[in-house]
Amino acid sequence: MQRSLAFGAYLLFSSLLLALLLYSGRQQADTVAEHYFPANRQLVKQLGLTDLSIWSEARYTRHPSQADLFTAFQDYPGAFDHFPAGSIIGPGCLQGSPSLSFQKRGQP
Amino acid sequence: MSARLKILEHALASMARRKQKNFAIIAVYTLTVATLASILFLTQALRNEAANVLLGAPDLVVQRLLAGHHDLIPKQYAEQIAKLPGVGKVTPRVWGYYYDSLKKVNFTLLGVNDASEPPLLAGHLPTSGRQCALGRGIADTYGVEIGDSLVLVDSKNRTLLYEITGLFSHQSSLLTNDLILLPEAELRRFFALPDSQASDLAVQVYNEQEVSTLAKKIKHQLPDTRPIGKMEILHTYDTVFNWRSGIMLTIFSSALIAFCILAWDKATGISAEEKREIGILKAIGWETSDVLLLKFWEGLAVSLSSFLLGTIIAYLHIFFFGAGVLGPVIQGWSVLFPKFDLTPAIDLYQIFALAGLTIIPYIACTVIPSWKNAVTDPDSVMRS
Repeated sequence: MQRSLAFGAYLLFSSLLLALLLYSGRQQADTVAEHYFPANRQLVKQLGLTDLSIWSEARYTRHPSQADLFTAFQDYPGAFDHFPAGSIIGPGCLQGSPSLSFQKRGQP
Repeated sequence: MSARLKILEHALASMARRKQKNFAIIAVYTLTVATLASILFLTQALRNEAANVLLGAPDLVVQRLLAGHHDLIPKQYAEQIAKLPGVGKVTPRVWGYYYDSLKKVNFTLLGVNDASEPPLLAGHLPTSGRQCALGRGIADTYGVEIGDSLVLVDSKNRTLLYEITGLFSHQSSLLTNDLILLPEAELRRFFALPDSQASDLAVQVYNEQEVSTLAKKIKHQLPDTRPIGKMEILHTYDTVFNWRSGIMLTIFSSALIAFCILAWDKATGISAEEKREIGILKAIGWETSDVLLLKFWEGLAVSLSSFLLGTIIAYLHIFFFGAGVLGPVIQGWSVLFPKFDLTPAIDLYQIFALAGLTIIPYIACTVIPSWKNAVTDPDSVMRS
């Protein structure tokens, strides 16, 4: 009897924990929907943004919805590079000095 | 105590006798469920985020194609498009990329004209020529703040200093992480863009039902253009974060295959010890239905425990620990990757589907081989 009680208690505890997490997630989503989504939507509208700033390594990954028709993602978004050459040609060695830097306030 | 509870008690005692094996199964099972649930939670949250924030995107973006790729569009196209019935404001957008070979990252430079302050910006938008506003990702990567200066090299190889007047907050990182805002006139000078041209045109359409018709009209009147509707933008992200696409499918199918191997191992046979146990139970008078109930409890105990534990781990992984394990998979080669602070967007249908896909097959794989032994003569089962 002890084992089944312990098992029942474990199931009850984990079910309640999961329910609590889902409920708190719901509350959090409601807060975000009320405050941050409208603010972000307004930002997108004002600046005329079209894409999420997730992958900044290439043009067609930074703006997948605006990419040229012949880029990999334009066959269907999320597609792997469909040209066999993509798996053979490695990234090139870039020459030159860094083109972006910052100057701290008050420093020459 | 009812007979069913006694059978459950017996099932748990039987599992405790083989605790090493059962713990190993629960660990693998939990890991599989956690992987599957993490992918579902992460993709659903990103899809939800994209669908909500990109609703503010331009109704129609009109690009010009030259020799098959995106080219600058003459501003007079904006006048032609504005004359079409149903079209509101047509805004030429000026933007471009700036590659930093040290960090190996593309920054997006965007020209702004609007004087009104956007939300989620600390400080203010650039107003004079030598000012700029930055995304949080750049500020965090380079450790800069408002008042510092950004040094860029323009198209004529001149080094230019821009005072940072505004920084976007973390809450907008999914949109502005790598963004550098400059006054439009300054950005034109920077890229040496002619005043008569723009990067593309953002078109306002009064009735969203007419967007596709207007896109066809624009394409007909200006054949060298490519109109991209808001629905296409939303669809892009819906597809990118669909569980069926790319890397997600790879991880998803690996986890699913691992689960299938686990279930297959259970289904293809039970151990000699388990067979002997079934034979003894039958010999001392247990009915076949009792044996099946015993095995059902065993299967349910393992699968339900693993499912609940796996789902909790997945939730904590994605929404409390910022997708620490799965994040780098999505990150790929991206250097300025935004910090994940995702909003939970749980689809209960997905959780029930995951439960159905993992719990039911496992119970079936536990019960069916036992049923085969339970209906066989106990003596031959014990001797086999």
